[in-house]
Amino acid sequence: MKAHSLFARTALVLGLVFLYLPILSMIVFSFNNSRLVTVWDAAHSPTLKWYVALLSNEQILRAAWLSIRIAVISASAAVVLGTLAGMALARLGAFRGRMLLAGMTAAPIVMPEVITGLSLLLLFVALEQLIGWPKGVGAVTITLAHITFCMAYVTVVVQSRLAGFDESLEEAAMDLGARPLRVFLRITLPLILPAIASGWLLAFTLSWDDLVITQFVAGPGSSTLPMVIFSKVRFGVTPDVNALATIMVLLVATGIAISTVWMRARQKRRARDLQLAAAANL
Amino acid sequence: MKLDPDSAYVRIANLTKRFGDFVAVDDVSLDIRRGEIFCLLGGSGSGKTTLLRMLAGFESPSAGTIRIDGADMSAIPPYERPVNMMFQSYALFPHMSVERNVAFGLEQEGVGREQIRRQVGEILDIVKMGGFGARKPHQLSGGQRQRVALARALVKRPKLLLLDEPLAALDKKLREHTQFELINIQQRLGVTFIVVTHDQEEAMTLGTRLGVMNHGKIAQIGTPSDIYESPATRFVADFIGSVNMFEGRVSDDGADYLRIQCGELGCTVRAERTVSCTRGATVWTAIRPEKINISRQPFGAGAPQAGSAENLVRGTVREIAYMGDMSIYLVQIDSGRMMRVTLPNIMRGAERPIAREESVWLSWHGSSPVILTE
Repeated sequence: MKAHSLFARTALVLGLVFLYLPILSMIVFSFNNSRLVTVWDAAHSPTLKWYVALLSNEQILRAAWLSIRIAVISASAAVVLGTLAGMALARLGAFRGRMLLAGMTAAPIVMPEVITGLSLLLLFVALEQLIGWPKGVGAVTITLAHITFCMAYVTVVVQSRLAGFDESLEEAAMDLGARPLRVFLRITLPLILPAIASGWLLAFTLSWDDLVITQFVAGPGSSTLPMVIFSKVRFGVTPDVNALATIMVLLVATGIAISTVWMRARQKRRARDLQLAAAANL
Repeated sequence: MKLDPDSAYVRIANLTKRFGDFVAVDDVSLDIRRGEIFCLLGGSGSGKTTLLRMLAGFESPSAGTIRIDGADMSAIPPYERPVNMMFQSYALFPHMSVERNVAFGLEQEGVGREQIRRQVGEILDIVKMGGFGARKPHQLSGGQRQRVALARALVKRPKLLLLDEPLAALDKKLREHTQFELINIQQRLGVTFIVVTHDQEEAMTLGTRLGVMNHGKIAQIGTPSDIYESPATRFVADFIGSVNMFEGRVSDDGADYLRIQCGELGCTVRAERTVSCTRGATVWTAIRPEKINISRQPFGAGAPQAGSAENLVRGTVREIAYMGDMSIYLVQIDSGRMMRVTLPNIMRGAERPIAREESVWLSWHGSSPVILTE
């Protein structure tokens, strides 16, 4: 193996420090005994008291539960809509309004969040005046707003998966007597499921930590977790926020670790199968 | 129903397919008989694949009709046609086992579970994949995938099986073996096959009849030997096998022979009369390399002057390619043109083989040349 140059090693270390030092310091301070975030109380640390305090903090628990529900619902709805849009863009060829649809689905990705949030708020207010729904701003409007921007990301993920899809698989299914809906359910859907799953996870994460758009369309009593954290931090960072953030980091890291291990195992199995098949070549 | 083996089982009439300004299939009419293997042979862009896709129902014709066993297919979607297709990429469903792949077609018809199991088992045995039912496609070799694809396309006993370059993805040894097996299976099941291929060798061995396609039109239809021995046009003669072709002018027009003055060849060609043409007409003489005799002495008595003799030219060997079973000689004839001659290597270690730069005589029998008018 080539010896790594000093430059490459320095760059790696600097990059890692740059990315992870803030998170690391947050984790360390979540075990701090002192009320002051910046002072390390060496005598009584580490302690789990902020974690215990967290469990009895009604406000945070409620916000977390609301965020999870909104994220699950928006991610699921965004996956359905995004998959349909992705299918249309990847498959229907040049239909009327294709450019418009492509542009519209991509817009939320490039649009400044402030503008998306503001325009959604205006829409919801206008809708309420016109048809009386949605009643005020709150969890419903947050969910609708999240679906809107999450869908754009799902569309992109699904569309790129479909671009590399061997269409003769669908033709073969049709040739064997399957009607278009069955072809979709039995062949297309199972094969793009990995893309849909990663689209769902992406949408979940985006919804989970969105603050700007949510601020616009949230109402009293519908504070999501990022909103609660943000408002707490405005009056100075408290150590229980550190504990909360540490738990979130832990959850995300576990998720990534599991999926990485699973992908590795799958790849290994596949490579072994291919070798066996080549050896048995008739 | 009366079974007439010669009647058209698949009748393609005036079929045309346009993509914008491009005419992929141009007014093709074609009859295919029950139980035959019909090979559509052509280069890329000749329209053969488009024709196949119209038969399967994936493309709708711009004009013309397709009838299968008497029934018009125009308004029938692919999933209701009595036609199955074996794809060039095999298109095996990667997320299903071999068994599930083969069963897929039967499941769509609502066949009972027990019967599906039996039929899948039978067809997998026929393609010699009996023990592989639980494997996934990526666990199979190329040859095994090809068999599974064949089984999947045959399990519904279609009236017509379309095969798109069925052997293109296999290596040479396996291809030869599979060709004969494919014919065996076809005869055993009696399904009518239409094979699309760009590989003339594949078409010759598989096909009971061939259709050579060029620029969206059928250039010639016939048995493999018809096409090889009596090509109808210069395109067909050149496309199938290799050929030496010379332009010339008809100088004598006998009852059963033609004399052609060939400037490019430097001799008169006397050929059996197979086409009607008048004296003075421009024609092309096509002679296959294996039908030319190469020798150190001119054939027949005496030593005729080069240029005055019939079916005899002198030349110099420029290249020899030893292929094992035969040798290819590239001979520059006195007119300057190159001629390709092949000789089977019948004897082991011939005593005094013809060498490079040696002067030789080339001659052929009057039945060897094919005279082409277009």
